[in-house]
Amino acid sequence: MSTKTVNQKAWFMVLPVVLLVAFNAVIPLMTVVNYSLQETFGDNVFFYEGLTWFEQVLHSERFHAALGRQAAFTLIILLIEIPLGVAIALAMPRKGIGVPVCLVLMSLPLLIPWNVVGAMWNIFALPEIGLLGKTLNSLGFDYNYTRQPFDAWATTIAMDVWHWTSLVVLLAYAGLSAIPDDFYQAARIDGASRWSVFRYIQLPKLKRVLTIAILLRFMDSFMIYTEPFVLTGGGPGNTTTFLSIDLVKMALGQFDLGPAAAMSIIYFLVILLVSWVFYTYTMRHED
Amino acid sequence: MSRIKWLLPTIYIVFLMLPIYWLLNMSFKSTNEILGSFTLWPQNFTLDNYKTIFTNPSWYNGYLNSIAYVVVNSVVAVLVALPAAYAFSRYRFLGDKHLFFWLLTNRMAPPAVFALPFIQLYSAIGLFDTIWAVALAHCLFNVPLAVWILEGFMSGVPKELDETAYIDGYSFPRFFTRIFIPTITAGIGVAAFFCFMFSWVELLLAKSLTSVAAKPIAATMTKTASSSGYELGLLAAAGALTLIPGAIVIWFVRNYIAKGFALGRV
Repeated sequence: MSTKTVNQKAWFMVLPVVLLVAFNAVIPLMTVVNYSLQETFGDNVFFYEGLTWFEQVLHSERFHAALGRQAAFTLIILLIEIPLGVAIALAMPRKGIGVPVCLVLMSLPLLIPWNVVGAMWNIFALPEIGLLGKTLNSLGFDYNYTRQPFDAWATTIAMDVWHWTSLVVLLAYAGLSAIPDDFYQAARIDGASRWSVFRYIQLPKLKRVLTIAILLRFMDSFMIYTEPFVLTGGGPGNTTTFLSIDLVKMALGQFDLGPAAAMSIIYFLVILLVSWVFYTYTMRHED
Repeated sequence: MSRIKWLLPTIYIVFLMLPIYWLLNMSFKSTNEILGSFTLWPQNFTLDNYKTIFTNPSWYNGYLNSIAYVVVNSVVAVLVALPAAYAFSRYRFLGDKHLFFWLLTNRMAPPAVFALPFIQLYSAIGLFDTIWAVALAHCLFNVPLAVWILEGFMSGVPKELDETAYIDGYSFPRFFTRIFIPTITAGIGVAAFFCFMFSWVELLLAKSLTSVAAKPIAATMTKTASSSGYELGLLAAAGALTLIPGAIVIWFVRNYIAKGFALGRV
């Protein structure tokens, strides 16, 4: 790849993007920062509060619990979706009519509005009239996702795996398609085993797309709101109240603007920090 | 070996189709049948749920609103992202790497954080409850994504193409519209696909930024679920109809999906 030329006028080309995104990002973010440092008793009268809200949020058990649930959820779905996605991509056909059929059918969940995903799983898992709930119950399991925390978790995780594994499959499949046939022929001549083909040819080629997959899945699952909200409403109790659900409850439900704003900033920083550390760590040998 | 290989994707696709089948199944039943008995397919096949949606303006306007802001958002996002992506892929300029990273950080911003400030911001400029508010708000995450995807595709195009064109006497705008854009149509298609996808599926911001006039279909559905009791059949039919735009879009980009997800430069 050829080197880039220095051209300061390129700024004019990025200017529309910068203005549009800044309008959407900087102004609201400043609003959040404002709220996070002030106290109000209504009537648009504000008092400076310093870092009180941040201390309150960082020491609150409610935040710790929501963060813990969130981290556990994200970790579990990553551990399921990434290996499963890679395995399916490896087993997918390479040519023929099977390719578009697989791709189109697998992409379908990705394009369903998130509340519909929640609603769909809601009626799919209802203990009395849902296919999944009814089947599990008639098999002898005492399954009820609106009452039992474990069932609520299992259903939420199954829903997320259903919803997003295809993204990993498509990314991994794209990565695999980019490997030239010569590589496989060379491996066959060398008598390489199936495992060493995967370990030394396919996995290195997948590194970039898997980095993207893990980042996207981390970010999106960490922000998950609509699907569990529609499915379980955060319950039973608080057991599936993830960070975004908790935040919306605080900001729009109880109108605790100060703590909600402080929590927003901490929340955003956590995602930024984890993504940045992960990205720099995996990409440290590149470029 | 090749026989067993079919097994995993097949099981996976069956797993994907089951909840969708159940949604369709429910949508062809009356609410009474849904609540009264457990049946694997509709016993009294009915299209009443769909009829309600197509005859009631508060339902079908929801679809029109959603499609309107999704299309506006995709067009705006791709148009502004094109020159920016070109700049990132071809030139070095002051702060380019920081700028690129800052753009991507907006993809990491939880919509829940922005819901309340967005309501205030778009009320202040008089766009609240219009499709423009949602279309612009979704640019927050779609513009960075479009820049990222297009930059990947453009970096895959050799720089010699640009240089040859300039030697042949092309001006920059003419080169960009006549030569460069046609070479990266696949990339533009993929970027538009992603913008469509993320704008179509998002609900939190779309719901917060609208109240009556521009309410998206997803919000109409949540309102029905809570206000008019438990009309599962109607809800299922509305949900089933939201699958159609996605299915159509996938069909159009099916040949690019695999390549596109690699973001151009694996």
